[in-house]
Amino acid sequence: MEIRVLILLLLPLLLISLFVPNPTVALYEDQVGLMDWHYKYIGKVKHAVFHTQKAGRKRVVVSTEENVIASLDLRRGDIFWRHVLGKNDVIDAIDIAMGKYVISLSSKGSVLRAWNLPDGQMVWESFLQGSTLSKSFFSAPLNLKIDKDNVVLVFGKGCIHAVSCIDGEILWKNELSSESSDIQHVFQPLGSDLIYAVGFITSSKLVIYQINAKNGDLLKQSTVDFPGGFSGDLSLVSTDTLIALDSTQSKLVKISLVNGETSLLPSDIADLIDGFSGMASLLPSKLTGMLAIKINSYIVFVRVSGEDRLEVVEKINYPAAVSNSLSLLEGHYAIGLVQRSGNKIHLTVKLDSDWNSDMIKESIELGHQRGIAEKVFINDYIRTDRSPGFRALIVMEDHSLLLLQQGEIVWSREDGLASIMDTTTSELPVEKAGVSVSKVEHNLFEWLKGHILKLKGTLMLANSDDIVAIQEMRLKSSEKNKMTRDHNGFRKLLIVLTKAGKVYALHSGDGRVVWSLLLPSFRMSNTCHHPTALSIYQWQVPHHHAMDENPSVLVVGWCGFSLDSPGILSFVDSYTGKELYSSSLTHSIAQVIPLPFTDSTEQRLHLLIDADGLAHLYPRTDEAIKIFQRELPNTYWYSIDGEKGIIRGYGLQYSCLPGITDEYCFGAKELWSIVFPSESEKIIATTTRKLNEIVHTQAKVLADQDVMYKYISQNLLFVATVAPKAAGEIGSANPEESWLVAYLIDSITGRILHRVTHPACQGPVHAVFSENWVVYHYFNLRAHRYEMSVIEIYDQSRADNKDVLKLMIGKHNLTSPVSAYSRPEVIVKSQSYFFTHSVKAIAVSLTAKGITSKQLLIGTIGDQVLALDKRYVDPRRSINPTPSEKEEGIIPLTDSLPIIPQSYVTHSLQVEGLRGILSVPAKLESTSLLFAYGVDLFFTRIAPSRTYDSLTEDFSYALLLITIVALVASIFVTWVLSEKKELREKWRVLLLFLFHPVDSY
Amino acid sequence: MDASRPIFAALIALLFFFSLPCALSVSSAHGEGYAITGRVRIEGLGKGFGIPGKTLNAKVILNGGQQVTFLRADGYFSFYNVSAGTHLIEVSAMGYFFSPVRVDVSARNRGKVQAALTENRKGLTELVLEPLREEEYYDVREPFSIMSLVKSPMGLMMGFMLIVMFVMPKLMENMDPEEIRRAQEEMRSQGVPSLANLLPGAGRS
Repeated sequence: MEIRVLILLLLPLLLISLFVPNPTVALYEDQVGLMDWHYKYIGKVKHAVFHTQKAGRKRVVVSTEENVIASLDLRRGDIFWRHVLGKNDVIDAIDIAMGKYVISLSSKGSVLRAWNLPDGQMVWESFLQGSTLSKSFFSAPLNLKIDKDNVVLVFGKGCIHAVSCIDGEILWKNELSSESSDIQHVFQPLGSDLIYAVGFITSSKLVIYQINAKNGDLLKQSTVDFPGGFSGDLSLVSTDTLIALDSTQSKLVKISLVNGETSLLPSDIADLIDGFSGMASLLPSKLTGMLAIKINSYIVFVRVSGEDRLEVVEKINYPAAVSNSLSLLEGHYAIGLVQRSGNKIHLTVKLDSDWNSDMIKESIELGHQRGIAEKVFINDYIRTDRSPGFRALIVMEDHSLLLLQQGEIVWSREDGLASIMDTTTSELPVEKAGVSVSKVEHNLFEWLKGHILKLKGTLMLANSDDIVAIQEMRLKSSEKNKMTRDHNGFRKLLIVLTKAGKVYALHSGDGRVVWSLLLPSFRMSNTCHHPTALSIYQWQVPHHHAMDENPSVLVVGWCGFSLDSPGILSFVDSYTGKELYSSSLTHSIAQVIPLPFTDSTEQRLHLLIDADGLAHLYPRTDEAIKIFQRELPNTYWYSIDGEKGIIRGYGLQYSCLPGITDEYCFGAKELWSIVFPSESEKIIATTTRKLNEIVHTQAKVLADQDVMYKYISQNLLFVATVAPKAAGEIGSANPEESWLVAYLIDSITGRILHRVTHPACQGPVHAVFSENWVVYHYFNLRAHRYEMSVIEIYDQSRADNKDVLKLMIGKHNLTSPVSAYSRPEVIVKSQSYFFTHSVKAIAVSLTAKGITSKQLLIGTIGDQVLALDKRYVDPRRSINPTPSEKEEGIIPLTDSLPIIPQSYVTHSLQVEGLRGILSVPAKLESTSLLFAYGVDLFFTRIAPSRTYDSLTEDFSYALLLITIVALVASIFVTWVLSEKKELREKWRVLLLFLFHPVDSY
Repeated sequence: MDASRPIFAALIALLFFFSLPCALSVSSAHGEGYAITGRVRIEGLGKGFGIPGKTLNAKVILNGGQQVTFLRADGYFSFYNVSAGTHLIEVSAMGYFFSPVRVDVSARNRGKVQAALTENRKGLTELVLEPLREEEYYDVREPFSIMSLVKSPMGLMMGFMLIVMFVMPKLMENMDPEEIRRAQEEMRSQGVPSLANLLPGAGRS
């Protein structure tokens, strides 16, 4: 035990002395996939267009809510190509034009792009302008041609544009009106040279424009008054008929455009449907000759035929997805419906002319974890027996994507994982007795063969077949994918919460989904219409006296979108993936504070702060209240009001509000507040230390035998503010009127420990806090480069403890308690460096004991993760370090931080749409696990100071074995030789004795 | 890094020679803002200006993510509706290191664009972005050499053994015969060392 402690103490020194020259830890190309995995996703599909007409690759082009345009293989669901647009570049519509270009409209109808269908290369890009901010926008490629050009009609920002498909040239443009008209549909009747645009001007006025398709001239503008007013829903049934809903949502208004004349014909829904009451709304599906109306819990299909006849064709239960009409041969249209009942989903494809007979009716077994179908897109094909067949692309409630064909799920994609909200980790179960461990290598021979192959690889003697075999062997190594805890702590469960309210457990070995759960408490229900999942916490981590219990996680959410909507809690077993219980709270949740106390079953106490500033204790047990009441006087929290620029610190009171007898509710008393002047400072970033971070030592020994004491406090808060004028994007502010102020605040007393102003700098600020330092990234307007600054904070009150004599006679204050109330004497060291790239996320590597040196994990704008050694961001770097400083590992000062390509932990991969980086310590001190998420997921292991405590994957056991064998053999050989020699010697002595007996006596 | 320095110098030189006579890319004024048009050129990939989009998937980013655009087949890109002022353009292309570019859009001069690389403060007369260097994300395995084997701990062990086996007897020869005699005497008194004696626990039995 002592030796171990000694080693732990000595290790940092060892590390420093060993690894000064080259801090990068790079990967060889053949090691890709050995300890990392990468999955590509696209997000929840909004639009889908099939491309199946031609022979060859059949594909479906989709756009998603993560602003992704992708072309998917219709056979297997793989991504052919994919583009992730900017975060402000929301896709409005996509379509395929001329059979070879994918056209996408984005950024509220202002950017039109064409992508080459086979390879995704951007062909052209057009910027469409308009003066008014119109609400609706869409593109509608038609069979319209102007001078042999294929044309796309685009409506956006109050203008109609005709854009050439070949080069994106705007052929004509018509600004429809300066008034605030709300255009709903733009269409061209077949064989006509006219384009109609129909919309509302006010809620009771319908406007119809007629435009010449060849040159965009406005031919006619007519308005029709409807005294009842419109609700805003308008459905295009055919090229001369539209159906609107009146403002009471109980009447359908049929709008006929015949020969340029407009007529309105209202009819009561109650006449169509018996027992109708309440409100109706139109479904957005584009149906031809039909209309889908949602009434309470039903969807009613209404056929619009003849002059003024509306007839109900079917009434189905509401949670159902309705596709757009699919045009078939001979003027028929097909409509797809997907409903769920019990364990099955039912796909029905109906023909508009013959509603009663189904073209297809299929039922597919589908577990409850995918929820209901939200969207369906259908596509037809001809079966081998020449009968028509349909395939359906279904978007489920959990954002996953399924392709159904012939009653089977051809493929499915877990695209909910593209929108992760929060992540946490859980240990795997301990290996039980009886479970075979050595399933990995079947016998000694195979084991040896494997290692001989590896040896060949290291000696560069392997041929190409051998290399393939080695790679396969490494990837297949089932060691990393086992479902039990391993000695090094590499195997873990990554528990992620997605936007759809689904929790997934991913295995850290290969990223497979171990279990997934669509949280029942986060599904739309009568009591909660818009549940929002927010964050996930470790609730119960059994390790000491509750070993038999499974760990569990806490999922926190709102029932609504705002801060004051009531909260939802859900508790999920981390091993089985079952919801243990859930509760809908009466109070809101503004903040969740995991407390550093656990009860006897290792449940962590959590404090939930509601919007009124009251604290609620969970779990609601007597034991928890007993533990908490002891600690209550020492519990503090703070709130940050970014809009008003106020940070407030609170203590707790024993009672809730007067008159409320809830023993789990505690009132708060304001202890301090910091008000930032709103005319000069605006809070843009705050960060604190990670709660689970472990600091190995408080002392930092310098090379000249001096000691500095790190100021380590769990309560330090880093706040960055900027000038309000510079709060926008880069390019919006002058250097003269922008500044950035960084604060270090003690969150118990509200004392500002340090304040530094960076003139001519602005956000966005990304910061990371660890031990006694904070590193933050911002933009310097004067140099026009990004900068990274470091602030290190040291405790001066302990600086006197260096005197050995004082230590010996006990006159030191090392054992004196550290109080958050005492006024700390701190000194601060800081330095700034240039950094080339924009940053999306920044984190720091965490290890089990905090001995290993730290790496900053920087998610760059190119969606890569760069591991930058903390020693580059050291405030003590100087231009000419003294020899003793060099010995300590101080790198000579450079004005910018190096970007070494080999230190990208994502190597040649990109984590598209990178949003967060999570670092989790492994049990092995040298190693940390890294999980980066965005649209893609990426996981790897990093060893900031190399794996000094274990053999690398490359370690050649065969070489070791050969050496040992050789050693043993040589020992035997020498032994035999020496035996022989000895024998000879003995004979010699004997002969000497025989022939010279006199000499002996 | 050192190896890439000459390449980088060559690129800069190239850029200077080619671009002097060219006019700076002029942006056209739109209703609300200006447009910035430029191109990305990567030597040795495709034919001159072309970049195979499928292999590169390059993005051009304005102001750290305010706008993101893609390259056309000829390497051109455009940002629309950009306000007058100083902006930052970054190029993200796997395998290449691009310097961010500072772009000044003049309000007075009909949105005239001036550009400079921020990494080395080199002015650009034309908005043609070229990588400063190629990025290699993997370490290259060093070819097998006897030295690396010798240097490894096991190699050292072997070496030591060889020394003991071959050099020690030589040393013995040079020793004083009297001393050898004495040593042998000593050995004889202790008995012959056998392998069994070397093994732990064997002595006890």
